[in-house]
Amino acid sequence: MKQFGSFIKKEFLHIFRDIRTMMMLLAMPVIQLIIFGFAIRTEITNTPFAVFDESKSTSSRLITERMNGSRYFDLKENLNSFVKIEEYFRKGKIKLALVIPQNFSDDLYRTGTGNLQLLADASDPNEASTITSYAQQILMQHQQSLMKTNKIPYVIRTEIKMLYNPQLQSAYNFVPGIMGLILMLICAMVTSISIVREKEQGTMEILLVSPVKPVFIVLSKAVPYLLIAFLDVILILLISNNILHVPIAGNIFLILFLSTLFILSALSLGMLISSVTKTQQAAMMMSGAGLMLPTMLLSGLIFPVENMPILLQIISNLIPAKWFIIAIKDVMIKGLEFTAIWRELSILLGMTVFLLTVSIKQFKNRL
Amino acid sequence: MNTVITTENLTKRFGDFTAVDRISFEVLKGEIFGFLGANGAGKTTAMRMLCGLLSPTSGKGLVAGFDIYKQSDDIKRNIGYMSQKFSLYEDLSVAENMRLFGGIYGMSPKNIISKTGEVLKELELNNERNTLVKSLPLGIKQKVSFAVSIFHTPKIVFLDEPTGGVDPVARRKFWEMIYQAAEKGITIFVTTHYMDEAEYCNRVSIMVDGRIEALDSPDKLKKTFHAGNMDDVFQSLARKAKNS
Repeated sequence: MKQFGSFIKKEFLHIFRDIRTMMMLLAMPVIQLIIFGFAIRTEITNTPFAVFDESKSTSSRLITERMNGSRYFDLKENLNSFVKIEEYFRKGKIKLALVIPQNFSDDLYRTGTGNLQLLADASDPNEASTITSYAQQILMQHQQSLMKTNKIPYVIRTEIKMLYNPQLQSAYNFVPGIMGLILMLICAMVTSISIVREKEQGTMEILLVSPVKPVFIVLSKAVPYLLIAFLDVILILLISNNILHVPIAGNIFLILFLSTLFILSALSLGMLISSVTKTQQAAMMMSGAGLMLPTMLLSGLIFPVENMPILLQIISNLIPAKWFIIAIKDVMIKGLEFTAIWRELSILLGMTVFLLTVSIKQFKNRL
Repeated sequence: MNTVITTENLTKRFGDFTAVDRISFEVLKGEIFGFLGANGAGKTTAMRMLCGLLSPTSGKGLVAGFDIYKQSDDIKRNIGYMSQKFSLYEDLSVAENMRLFGGIYGMSPKNIISKTGEVLKELELNNERNTLVKSLPLGIKQKVSFAVSIFHTPKIVFLDEPTGGVDPVARRKFWEMIYQAAEKGITIFVTTHYMDEAEYCNRVSIMVDGRIEALDSPDKLKKTFHAGNMDDVFQSLARKAKNS
C-alpha cells in the first residue's frame, strides 16, 4: 500500500509539471463545452412560416399576429390546404406551419381547451426542435394573456408534427454528447500516452525490475486521471447548468455514478491502447483516430444512430460512449431513475471489466 | 555462502535463434563482475533473465539465493538496476526520484529522508536536491541514477552500460562510486563496451555468440591470450563471432 501511495504521488507530479497535460485535462473541457454549446445553441430568428387558418376567428388572428410579431418568425403566406403546406415545405419556402382548426375558437371559449397543430421541417432536427419550442413559448404567452384578462383557465394544446424525421433526435444532445467525448479523450488518450511515455523513456524497465506488481503500475496510472476526470464532470455540469442553461432533471448522484463508470471504461481503453503501442505518437494516433472519430460519429453525438445503416448501428453498440450518452440523457435531461438505465449501466460495467482484465493481462505478458 | 549469482547451463532461445547458449558462472559477494561482449552477443538477454524480466528456456540460476524461475519477486526485492537510458524521471527532482524509488522498495518515509540526506552529501549534490533531473548535466544524471539504483542497499546491482556517452573524467568518477558501493558489500554486475573499464573489474567474462568464451581476472586473461591489454583480449575473441 505504501508503494502504491508513492506511485500515485509520482503520477500527480508528472501531471502538474506538464503544462500541456494540465491544459488538456482542465482547460480543454471548458473550452470545448462552451464552443460547442454556443455553436449549437445559436438563436434562430426570422424563420419563415405559414398559417392555415380554418377558424378565421379573432383569436386565431391574434395568435398569428403574435407569432409574426415576434423576432423569431416571419409570416410568409396564408395557405388554405394541407397540400399547399406540403408544397411550401418541399420547396423550402417555410420551416414551420401553424394549423388552426375550424372549431378552435369555439372550443377554446366553450370548453376552455383549444387545439392547434404545428408542423415543422425536421430534416434539420436541431433547428426544428428549436423553432417549435419558440412557437410553443409564444402560444404559451398567448394563453397566459388570455387567462389574465378572463380569469378562466384557458388551455391551448399544441400537437407537434415533425415532418421528414418523426423520431426527432437531437437538442440538448450536446451536453451529454460532449461529456462522453471529453471524458473519452482525457481518460483514454492521456492515460495511454502517459504509460507509453514511460516505455519510451526507459523508466518502465526500471519499474518492471522493481518488486512492484504490474497491476499496481497500471492502477496507479489510473487513479489521478480518475480524480481529474471526476473534477471535469463536475465542471461540465456546473457550466452547462449555469452558462448554457441545460437543466439537470435527474438525480445528481446517479449522474456522478454513471460518469464514474464511464470514466473507468475509458481509462481501461486507454490502458489497453498503451499495452499494444510502443510510441507516444502511435498511442496518440490510435486514441485519436481509433477512439475519437468513432465516438464522435457513431455514438449519436452528431448523427442519430437510428438513421444509420444497419451495419453501422451494430458497430455503434461496441462504443462505450453510446451507452453513456443514452443513459446520461435519460437521467440528466429526462430525469429518469436508476431503473430506466440499468441496461446501459450493466453494458458499461461489462465493458469496463472486460477491458480492464484484458489490459492488465496484456501488460503482464510484456514482462 | 559466498556466491550471490550462480548459473548452470542457462539458455534462452527466441524461436530458432539461441540468444544465450548454456552459460555457467558464479559471481562472488562484493565482487565487481564485468560482463563483456559485442552488441548482439547476448549480454542484455542474460542480464534480463538474472533480473527476473525474462524467463529462461532451460538451465538453472540462483540470484541472491533465489531461484530465477519461481522466486523472481524475491530477486527483484534484492537487486538494483540501472539501464543504458538513465531511467530517472526527468520531470521529478533529484530528491523526488529518491523518494519514489525508496517507496517502491518499501522503505519507510523516515528511512527515505535520512538516506536521501546521506546520499546527497556523498554525491555533493546538496544544492541540487530540488533540481529537476532534466536540467542536470549528463555526468551528474548518471551519478544520481546509480545512487538511486543502490538507494535501497540491494545485495546486487546490475549496471547495463552505465557510462555510455560520458567523458573519461566523468567515467573515472563514476567508477570511484562503483568501488565505494562494492566496499559496502554490494555486488556489482556491470556490462560495458569500454575496455579500460574492464581493467577495473575483479573478474570479467566475455560473451561471444551467446556463449561465455573466457572468464577470469583481467591479469590472468591477458596472460592466457598473450595480450598487452584487455582490448587485445577482447578483439581476439570477438573476431570469432558470427552474430555481429
